[in-house]
Amino acid sequence: MKPDHSYFTRLGHWLAAIAIPILGLSGLEILRAFPSLGEKLPHALMLPVPDGPGLGGWLGGALSWHVTFAWFFGAAVALQLFDLARGGWRRVWLSAAEWRGIWPVARYYFLRGSKPEQRKLYNPLQKATYLLILSLELVSILTGWALLQPARFWLRPVWAWQAVRALHLLSMLGFLGFLPGHLVMVVLAGRRPFLSMVSGEHGAAVAEGQV
Amino acid sequence: MKLSPLALMAGFAIPGLRRPALSRGQALTEAALARVPRGIAPVFNQADLTPLSNFPINAYLTEDPGVDPNDWKLSVEGAVANPGDYRLADLRALPKYEQITRHVCIEGWAVIGSFGGARLRDLLAKAGMDPAARFVEVECADDYYESIDIACALHPQTLLCYEMYGQPLTPAHGAPLRLQMPTKLGYKQAKHLVTLRVSTVLGRKRGYWVDQGYPWFGGI
Repeated sequence: MKPDHSYFTRLGHWLAAIAIPILGLSGLEILRAFPSLGEKLPHALMLPVPDGPGLGGWLGGALSWHVTFAWFFGAAVALQLFDLARGGWRRVWLSAAEWRGIWPVARYYFLRGSKPEQRKLYNPLQKATYLLILSLELVSILTGWALLQPARFWLRPVWAWQAVRALHLLSMLGFLGFLPGHLVMVVLAGRRPFLSMVSGEHGAAVAEGQV
Repeated sequence: MKLSPLALMAGFAIPGLRRPALSRGQALTEAALARVPRGIAPVFNQADLTPLSNFPINAYLTEDPGVDPNDWKLSVEGAVANPGDYRLADLRALPKYEQITRHVCIEGWAVIGSFGGARLRDLLAKAGMDPAARFVEVECADDYYESIDIACALHPQTLLCYEMYGQPLTPAHGAPLRLQMPTKLGYKQAKHLVTLRVSTVLGRKRGYWVDQGYPWFGGI
């Protein structure tokens, strides 16, 4: 029997789980250097950036954290893509029929609805979320790379610099929005699915009917 | 063994390892960026210009180190056949180029400005640069300093800039001469240049901000 989560899936998950908070905190510190999506002079489109959290102490320190952990994050996403390419996509692909199944699952987990029947490894809400997260990961990597190389054709439009910064920020807000729901589902799904993400324990997720 | 990638990340939690590990990470990113083939940075139209009054000024110690343009000269030294001093008139005698390019600050803002001046590579050719040269280091009237790779120094858009928006540089924008490189971040574009040194080995002083943790290459 194959494990619920292959080594690559688990490694990709935990690399991302560590890298994303570090990228988020250092990114916040970087944003603090210019918390705006407009011009510097005159000040416009200022963003409300909280004072406390951050990583790196100053812009230069935060940037070194950010560009270092971007590699770990990139490695995590590469592992996930590799996993999908070698067949994993069948487990997370959301068929047309499953779209209607998203809401009942969300109702069960977050609104104390009744538990829908589940025959597959991942329920429709999980599938939709994983596809969304993967898209967010790709957006954050592509926009991050573009921001490191703004003197290239991809940022040729005058508006593109701030637009790409905005997309980069939105991708992080997306991860931030995902986290509470993810943690709620992990807690409600019980111990074994969590352990299977740690050890890859055979059959744990199927036994519980959840991951 | 299987956990080695995570152990690598855990290394960042150890204070003694953190600084060298982060500078390695930054160097890795710089090396990757330097490998992407560099063409010509985008050029813009007159209509795209940020008004000069809205062009931010990030000064180091002072916005005006009090350089007298009549008494000013640029000292060219190091790995060149003809070291010597150049007055502003000497630089104005070189072919003049004007470009409308984006100036990107590491803080996250960007403006589109109009810059005029001589190509650094024309001055280097005139000074008889050693073909083995690898770096150009500059020192400024306000004690700011920077250094760039030779590929950037020879880039056709790298200017010894003495004009912005068709007017002589104001003190706050780096009069009488500044570097202007649309392929580098703003902190590399040193103002109030007084010394230009061609070298084969990068000295201990790489850049005012670089020595505090900003990336040295600073290429965009």
